[in-house]
Amino acid sequence: MSPRAAWRLESLGFGEVYDYVDGKLDWMAAGLRTEGTNAAHPRAGDVARKDVPVAGLEDRLGDVRQRVSASGWDAVVVTNTERVVFGLLRSKELAKDAELTLEQAMRPGPSTFRPHRAITEMAEHMTAHLLDSSPITTSDGRLVGLLLRTDAVRVAGEKE
Amino acid sequence: MPTEIDRGEVQKLMDRGAQLVEVLPPDEYEEDHLPGAISLPLRRLETEAVRVLDRARPVIVYCWDTA
Repeated sequence: MSPRAAWRLESLGFGEVYDYVDGKLDWMAAGLRTEGTNAAHPRAGDVARKDVPVAGLEDRLGDVRQRVSASGWDAVVVTNTERVVFGLLRSKELAKDAELTLEQAMRPGPSTFRPHRAITEMAEHMTAHLLDSSPITTSDGRLVGLLLRTDAVRVAGEKE
Repeated sequence: MPTEIDRGEVQKLMDRGAQLVEVLPPDEYEEDHLPGAISLPLRRLETEAVRVLDRARPVIVYCWDTA
């Protein structure tokens, strides 16, 4: 639809016309601010915890476990230096052999969700699928934060 | 020929004062739109573009995605 609009504007005499081809979906998936009636409703990206510990594939589990525990978390997201998500360790994976690397211990390729998903929808999905936590990522796979089911259910309840 | 741009270029052009135009139906615009965008559905473009847009400034159009 936007290509037709862009071409038509040019034909109407507009000299500098651009087509944002990836559109609103791309904007929202990046967690960027929007305006409108939905903007007031909490979304996954708003509620996700941004202070979740992150670590690299080569890190030693014993070291990471100590750091994660000291910060009061029982989960860590495995990313590269660009914060692209590769894996997730929850308490079960964190309890494995301390000598393993995170690459060996992690749950690879966890399901991720985009920041613009409505928190009510996330609460229902995480409850139905017994997900304690879910990484929230941009459309290009970068970590926004970790959404805890307890947070999603609480905020969804407050909204009702 | 219109230039295809990505999110980063949209942000740069917005800083330069570009006009953002959502061409989706009004109810979709009401729910969510990019900051500062105006609603100009494709069917109204013909009759209203010249009246509501400034020809001297860049114009960025968008819809949902590449579809």
